[in-house]
Amino acid sequence: MKRLMLVCVTAAALAAVAGCGPRSAGVDAALAAAAAGTGGSAKGDFGPPQGEPIHAVLTSPPMVPPPTNRHQPAKVIVELTVVEKEMPISEGVTYTFWTFGGTVPGSFIRVRQGDTVEFHLRNDPSSKMPHNIDLHGVTGPGGGAASSFTAPGHESQFTFKALNQGIYVYHCATAPVGMHVGNGMYGLILVEPPEGLPKVDHEYYVMQGDFYTVGKYREKGLQPFDMEKAIDEKPTYVLFNGAEGSLTGDKALAAKTGETVRLFVGNGGPNLVSSFHVIGEIFDRVQQEGGTHPQENVQTTLIPAGGAAIVEFHTEVPGSYVLVDHSIFRAFNKGALAILKVDGPEDKAIYSGKEVDAVYLGDRAEPNLKPVTTATRAAASGALTIEDQVEAGKVLFTGTCSVCHQANGQGLPGVFPPLARSDFIAADPKRTIGILLHGLSGKVTVNGKEYDSVMPPMTQLNDDEIANILTFVLNSWGNPGGRITTEDVAKARAEPAPAPAPAH
Amino acid sequence: MRSAFARSIIALALLAAASVATAAEYATIRGGTFTSVLPADGKAADTRVAPFRLRVVPVTNGEFLTFAETHPEWRRDRVARIFAEPRYLESWAAPDALGDAVLPQQPVTNVSWFAAEAFCESEGARLPTWYEWELAAAADATRLDARSDPAWRERILAWYARPSNEPLAPVGGEPNVYGVRDLHGLVWEWVDDFNALLVSADNREQGDPDLLRFCGAGAATLQQRENYAVLMRIAMLSSLQARDTTANLGFRCAKPLERGIER
Repeated sequence: MKRLMLVCVTAAALAAVAGCGPRSAGVDAALAAAAAGTGGSAKGDFGPPQGEPIHAVLTSPPMVPPPTNRHQPAKVIVELTVVEKEMPISEGVTYTFWTFGGTVPGSFIRVRQGDTVEFHLRNDPSSKMPHNIDLHGVTGPGGGAASSFTAPGHESQFTFKALNQGIYVYHCATAPVGMHVGNGMYGLILVEPPEGLPKVDHEYYVMQGDFYTVGKYREKGLQPFDMEKAIDEKPTYVLFNGAEGSLTGDKALAAKTGETVRLFVGNGGPNLVSSFHVIGEIFDRVQQEGGTHPQENVQTTLIPAGGAAIVEFHTEVPGSYVLVDHSIFRAFNKGALAILKVDGPEDKAIYSGKEVDAVYLGDRAEPNLKPVTTATRAAASGALTIEDQVEAGKVLFTGTCSVCHQANGQGLPGVFPPLARSDFIAADPKRTIGILLHGLSGKVTVNGKEYDSVMPPMTQLNDDEIANILTFVLNSWGNPGGRITTEDVAKARAEPAPAPAPAH
Repeated sequence: MRSAFARSIIALALLAAASVATAAEYATIRGGTFTSVLPADGKAADTRVAPFRLRVVPVTNGEFLTFAETHPEWRRDRVARIFAEPRYLESWAAPDALGDAVLPQQPVTNVSWFAAEAFCESEGARLPTWYEWELAAAADATRLDARSDPAWRERILAWYARPSNEPLAPVGGEPNVYGVRDLHGLVWEWVDDFNALLVSADNREQGDPDLLRFCGAGAATLQQRENYAVLMRIAMLSSLQARDTTANLGFRCAKPLERGIER
């Protein structure tokens, strides 16, 4: 008996032999499909829905709904509500997002090929704008957009049959489309193959998007949408899951060693194409653009705007694995960075264990940026103390400065000058402001040693951040103490940059 | 009622000082030839707008309450459902009272097109057409047509970018060159022909009349592509049925010119 079952399972897996007991039409179709390609939409109709209608489980990112575990086509009811709401896009920065289900990206929808999907799109009464939805998993004009144009406080309904399996983007298609998408109106719908997806230990939902704000990167406050930057395709932020820090620190994705992880990775755009990469991992299997012919052993996979991929990998070594858009300035200067934290025993046979996290993680490797938030609030209420500044500065230093000057401020001999017990700083603490604002190149002598290298200007830092970092430095490692205020920095910024050092 | 009204005004003195328009003030709009974002022939033709008068500020809660008292068929508990959906005037505390959360000087919202039309009739007026509204709204404080100025567009977009969870401001923003206030930045406004904007009079000219509802198609017939800020208003109006109401949708009325003052 046991042997017979084994044969049956093997047969199903190879999709070569039919006739192992009663099977549904779906499994038949799957077996046939696997033998001769999927056949696409022409082979995707498995007949009328069976049984009672099912209400789809929708999840907020990064979670993915459980497998449908069904073997017959069903009628699936999806209820999705559009909400316009102000949410953080970065620390101390907010944005009025337009969302499907209250999150960016929108709720994850999971159905099975052949399902009949009854879609209810609701537009919250508090909305200013009308919205609709275009699901790339729909066969029919507009992908549902024409049937779902919905005024605030109203609901539209349309029904489609999910004929093609795969992972599909959905988005709002109300004019101007780019603005609706740019404000966060996209998400993913998974149409499972009839036999389902192979079981894995973790499934996660990650979606990239580019954002265009009037203020520059990390400029504080509520930031309005900037249409000019959007048309020029010059984003202020490139983000995973709609906010800087949405998948780092306490919110990092989690797995253990020896597990298989499946990521559903989408790209809402509106403009940029993603070079999706996980630092320190190789994708064992990638369904590029959600297609059914997987690619194996992939380092970086392209995710088009309005496209998605299914990537899978097995974890061997513990540590923090960094998800990036490998168009790499986007990762370190615009926010396209997330972390998968893998716990478990070291395996020195596979990797020696000398971790380089500090270099790659940037400031988002910190458990959280709470001290920065505290300092921002205190500054707003006029109650900012030196202690607040030092705490915030410490976090910011770790992210921005420690790669070169080292976490202990010792620098690297001959390359990066020390900040600890620095006679260069003690001689004129305020000149540090100009160095952060304008950079420093050429010869300097610090604690009796000569350095001749180039530090770029830290133009990504705002006045608060510079003041906090420098106050932290002045009050650490035997430096003389003191305080740099936001006003000091603002004043220095208003002055013209010093003439560049003479060539040598 | 008058004294309660007055008290509220005093409380709002700073905000509303310049805005009291209890006698339904109208401003003269000169009209003329005008390039609408929706050309009348679906291609490029200019639009001719005859001179008319436009209410200086949108109709307020206080004014609409008075209307509902004198026209009880428009109270929310008596209105015929085909003329107003269940959300009609839902923010008011009662069918005949605004309550503490709703101010008399705020623009009335959650009103249907039918109700707006009836109100305007009650003061000898009508709803403006889209072209009339668009012409008046093209102005800024100093120019009749400021639409080519990015600052004009930015003001509109800034309103779109603000979340709508805050109470609406009282009417009485900065006047434009005609003396009309609040055309931008406060509420959407009904227009007479709201449901005729995205449908071509001639299908052969425009192809599929549903075209404009699809992704990207708005750009296909929009005359000036930078005028997407205005297109968003058209999209909003086009999503509505005449009985619909929303929390950000109000109205103002228009009248023909009085004889003898035509310029």
